[in-house]
Amino acid sequence: MRRLLAAFGRFCWDFVVGDDWRIAAGVVAVLAAGAVVVASGALDDEVVTLLVGAGIAIVATVSIVLGARRAARG
Amino acid sequence: MTGGASGVGLVVSTFLASAVEFVEAFTIVLAMGLTRGWRSALWGVAAAVVALAAATAVFGYALARWLPESALQLGIGTLLLIFGLQWLRKAILRAAGLKALHDEEATFREEQEAARAAAGTRYLGGIDGFGFAVSFKGVFLEGLEVVFIVITFGLNAGSVGLAAAGAIAAAVLVVVAGVLVHRPLAQVPENAIKFAVGLLLTTFGTFWATEGLGVFAADAKPLEWPGGDVALLVVLAAWTAFAAIAVRLLRRTAALRARPAEVAP
Repeated sequence: MRRLLAAFGRFCWDFVVGDDWRIAAGVVAVLAAGAVVVASGALDDEVVTLLVGAGIAIVATVSIVLGARRAARG
Repeated sequence: MTGGASGVGLVVSTFLASAVEFVEAFTIVLAMGLTRGWRSALWGVAAAVVALAAATAVFGYALARWLPESALQLGIGTLLLIFGLQWLRKAILRAAGLKALHDEEATFREEQEAARAAAGTRYLGGIDGFGFAVSFKGVFLEGLEVVFIVITFGLNAGSVGLAAAGAIAAAVLVVVAGVLVHRPLAQVPENAIKFAVGLLLTTFGTFWATEGLGVFAADAKPLEWPGGDVALLVVLAAWTAFAAIAVRLLRRTAALRARPAEVAP
């Protein structure tokens, strides 16, 4: 049973997180920061949406650059 | 929520995403059918379809029933965003020539070689265990991605039926085309479709996950993007521009690296 659960956990990890965990970690970090800002009520909705969108673009950039470096190294 | 841009995007996204997954599953089943026999391969497909239907019913019902709408939007948007960025990253690296393109003919050959090499298989009721297991696994794993996309898109856009219609249309098209040509569907521009799907998943993921952050606001209402739902098209345009620039820059970098170093006279 334990082995089955471990296999299911591994499958879920591979399915959602895939081969670059930095994307999942980055997205969660950006959304967590966005959640803190929203909860504080410090900024308008529209500003928060734009900042979170920009944060996600930075996560994508870092992941792609690191992926390209790894590919170039072979 | 399913009107206009969201509705069209919903059907197009589920159709394209499902089509590439079904093409990959079809290649595996075709290799097993031709090498190990159609009876075992088709039983594997049937068992996978039953397992997928059960998974869809359980997860779809559980998600829709137990999670409040805003939490659903945030959770599903986050998963879709992570999933979409994985697709987009791979598509960008492939388009820049830094990752091998997906090749159905090569996959077909590999599956056939593995099927021929597999010895000592068990037969149960006249069904070849290897052909059954590989067909089941191929259809179940590729199908699970389709189920994930249909449920996440459908629940968030408020129309699982519309999302499922896109997936069913893709399944019918791939199966009919596959039966007609009776060989791997290598002519399907799979890499280009994966690029488009990566863009769509990332766009919807960005839009919904950010809206869902409203669950942490005092009124717990979804956040409003500037311009409302029209912002979806702007987000899509922004991700498309981002991907195009990334491919261009990476191609140039790869070309510079490939050029031999100039030797001083």
